Amino acid sequence: MADETAHRKLTLDILRYNPQDPDTAPRMQRYELEEADSMTLFIALNEIREKQDASLQFDFVCRAGICGSCGMMINGRPGLACRTLTEQLGTEITLAPLPVFELIGDLSVNTGKWMRHMSERLATWVHMKTADVDLTRIEEGMDPALAEQIYLLDRCIECGCCIAACGTARMREDFVGAAGLNRLARFRLDPRDTRDDAAYYELIGDDSGVFGCMSLLACHDVCPKDLPLQTQIAFLRRKMVVRGLK
Amino acid sequence: MRIVYTDVLVIGGGLAGLRMGIGAKRRGHDVIILSLVPAKRSHSKAAQGGMQASLGNVIKGQGDNEDVHFEDTVRGSDWGADQRVVRMFVNTAPKAVRELAAWGVPWSRVRKGDRQVIINGQKVTITERDEAHGLMAQRDFGGTKKWRTCYVSDGTGHAMITVMADQAIAASIPVHERTEALALIHDGGRCYGAVVRDLITGELIAYVAKATAIATGGAGVLYRVTTNAVICEGIGHAIALETGVAALGNMEAVQFHPTGIFPAGILVTEGCRGDGGLLKDVDGHRFMPDYEPEKKELASRDVVSRRMEEHLAKGKGAKNRFGEHLWLDITLLGEHHIKHNLREVHEICHYFLGVDPAKEWIPVRPAQHYTMGGVRTNSTGESPTLKGLFAAGEAACWDMHGFNRLGGNSVAETVVAGMIVGEFIGDFCDRSENTVNIPTAVVQGYLVREQAKLDTMLNGRGTESAVELRVAMQQLMTAKVGIFRRGKDLEEAVDELQRLLVRSRNIGVRYRAGGANPELVAAYRTQKMLKLALTVAYGALVRTESRGAHYREDYPRRNDAEWLKRTLARWPNEQDTLPTLTYEALDVKTMELPPGWRGYGTRDYIDHLDTPARQKEVDTIKANLVSADRFAVQQALMPYEGLLPGRFRGRNERIDERF
Repeated sequence: MADETAHRKLTLDILRYNPQDPDTAPRMQRYELEEADSMTLFIALNEIREKQDASLQFDFVCRAGICGSCGMMINGRPGLACRTLTEQLGTEITLAPLPVFELIGDLSVNTGKWMRHMSERLATWVHMKTADVDLTRIEEGMDPALAEQIYLLDRCIECGCCIAACGTARMREDFVGAAGLNRLARFRLDPRDTRDDAAYYELIGDDSGVFGCMSLLACHDVCPKDLPLQTQIAFLRRKMVVRGLK
Repeated sequence: MRIVYTDVLVIGGGLAGLRMGIGAKRRGHDVIILSLVPAKRSHSKAAQGGMQASLGNVIKGQGDNEDVHFEDTVRGSDWGADQRVVRMFVNTAPKAVRELAAWGVPWSRVRKGDRQVIINGQKVTITERDEAHGLMAQRDFGGTKKWRTCYVSDGTGHAMITVMADQAIAASIPVHERTEALALIHDGGRCYGAVVRDLITGELIAYVAKATAIATGGAGVLYRVTTNAVICEGIGHAIALETGVAALGNMEAVQFHPTGIFPAGILVTEGCRGDGGLLKDVDGHRFMPDYEPEKKELASRDVVSRRMEEHLAKGKGAKNRFGEHLWLDITLLGEHHIKHNLREVHEICHYFLGVDPAKEWIPVRPAQHYTMGGVRTNSTGESPTLKGLFAAGEAACWDMHGFNRLGGNSVAETVVAGMIVGEFIGDFCDRSENTVNIPTAVVQGYLVREQAKLDTMLNGRGTESAVELRVAMQQLMTAKVGIFRRGKDLEEAVDELQRLLVRSRNIGVRYRAGGANPELVAAYRTQKMLKLALTVAYGALVRTESRGAHYREDYPRRNDAEWLKRTLARWPNEQDTLPTLTYEALDVKTMELPPGWRGYGTRDYIDHLDTPARQKEVDTIKANLVSADRFAVQQALMPYEGLLPGRFRGRNERIDERF
């Protein structure tokens, strides 16, 4: 059953630049296409690449809002392109790559490299009491509410939207950002991790860590997973201040 | 010419690849993992509902153990699985889930006391035991006798891969992101690594390794409508196939998940039905009990998907502007449950459908979901025909899923196979005879060959469009190699796919940059995908029976007498347009569970000649051991423990099974 209502004409202005090609300069390129029912930016960008411009670079993986690949600036605001419906936008849409991250080309940025570095720097894994666990035995118990609380912070998809929206990250290359601080807040909750506040202070007790945050909190506003970044950063800062005064 | 040397080259950064890499690294070998995308963005992440492991913590899981998990898995596979491998799997799954718990996965936990659940559409109060409080919880899933699926809300895969990828970082394993293996380097009997393309610069690099492991996931993108991520194009399968030496097993076995949201095909978890959700038709009628009185919505996926399509064919579908669909109703679970245990479902419905699933029904229709077939391996995960090539997870045919995989068994397989195969890779690399002494001239030959193929597409006069060929392939696969298959359709599909394959040899790209060139990537992948599509379609055409997810309308019965065997597909010559098929018989005489009725779906099947005798033998062994414990009975029926690596042997403790 075809939809009989007329479709809008969309104009997408996309920031183009291929750093691999030294002869080109960054430029805005305009594409026009007809909107379709339930069209997402995932569908729109693929249609442009298939029918108009085979060279256009962008990243999608799950196209379901769970993998974090497709963070980009959508009308100046960081968001996930795959789950952005064009009907929620005007007919003129501007797309640009996330700032802060290394540009691969056009809308594709190297969030993976940034996140790996952040994970290495903050040691974002459970520091266990003993390396060898007897896997034949019943697992250690955990309070059900605590497990859910940890999961809530674990829902970060490392899309980079919070970093792209962060004032400090624009100025300090070594700032771990909301993504990093939230990760540590998660491990701080986890009784399986043996690290204490002294250890966390070593990791984030300076301006590249929790004291670099200027409390502008755009991270909180743009997080596609609605993570409680504001409260986590504030809480962590309080704990780190206490630790720093010791 | 750049050559990178390592002990172990893992192709694929999802759960299986990461776990194999961690295992091999712990054994003291250098490991490099290649990944198309950052590891945490792999499709493992999309597993929502959970991971099967027979812990038996929740009251509805009481009495669960390896034996029950084994039987469920073999029945689910429609007797296509290798039963010894299933035994290895079910015994290691509890260890895998417990290892992940120790590593930090925030598994949902049991709360003692009363709680209200929905079972068969009714509100029921169940009481969890005090001694289970705080242990990992399990939910119900399709095709299982007990509640066995361990979960983290409905973001299980996300939580698992976050922990696994961080463990790989903790182990200092380099993950070379945005790289793609284009060809395996081999000499006809031994695999030596791969030719790899850097997807940012376009550079080709040879990785030479003692052991090469494929863990590239599934091939859902062969189909137009799939729940798979856009990177699940089966390229790992294809490069194994292109060696002409390694074989792909059971590629015709393709699973369709009952609840892809319509029309996008994005998955909503089986946990929706496991937690009590119902399937309804245009009249709001709950139709599954009419077809499947035993398991209703929770029969295995192949059965539920077929029943849904059958019901749609009767004109019982609801219609929207995109076509016909059925409804998934989870409103009866209540808003609190949905917002805590089915959060991703809630988000997906909100963003993609504008639907609040706590108040409205979800439009669903079956969509391609899982590739049971894969690189054929023996129980150690190594190819029996190409030494030094290993595979694990969805990309492998190990073969624990046979012709239909149970929900929750795939993420479980990724980690379990990763653990087991990682150890065997460690053993392989320990042996002095497995050092690599391949001349660099051979490596260079491979690099030159692969570069030439790319150059032909970039600079040649090819006229075909990769996009056009790919769309035609996807349409054919969905229309003619889907849930219901007919000989005539399959013949047409095979003919047409062969024509597309021939045309794909003449693909040209318009955008001629050598670096990050998305059109070039689509071009070479499409050539490989067409070969893979042909192994699926041709395997389906030749298999004149119905088994698990492979359903032939013209041969509706499972035929053990003629078809209790595994399809092996090889592609010996580049210029071929069809795979060469051979078959590997499954030995009924050694089966712990001889073929029978699955407990759901049609009861109509043709017995294998050996089945009655083996059944009698099994009954006698059991009768003689009535007073023995279950481990002794199992051991008498089908010994397997010697197949497991030493460190993963041993029983699994449970609340009701202490030692």
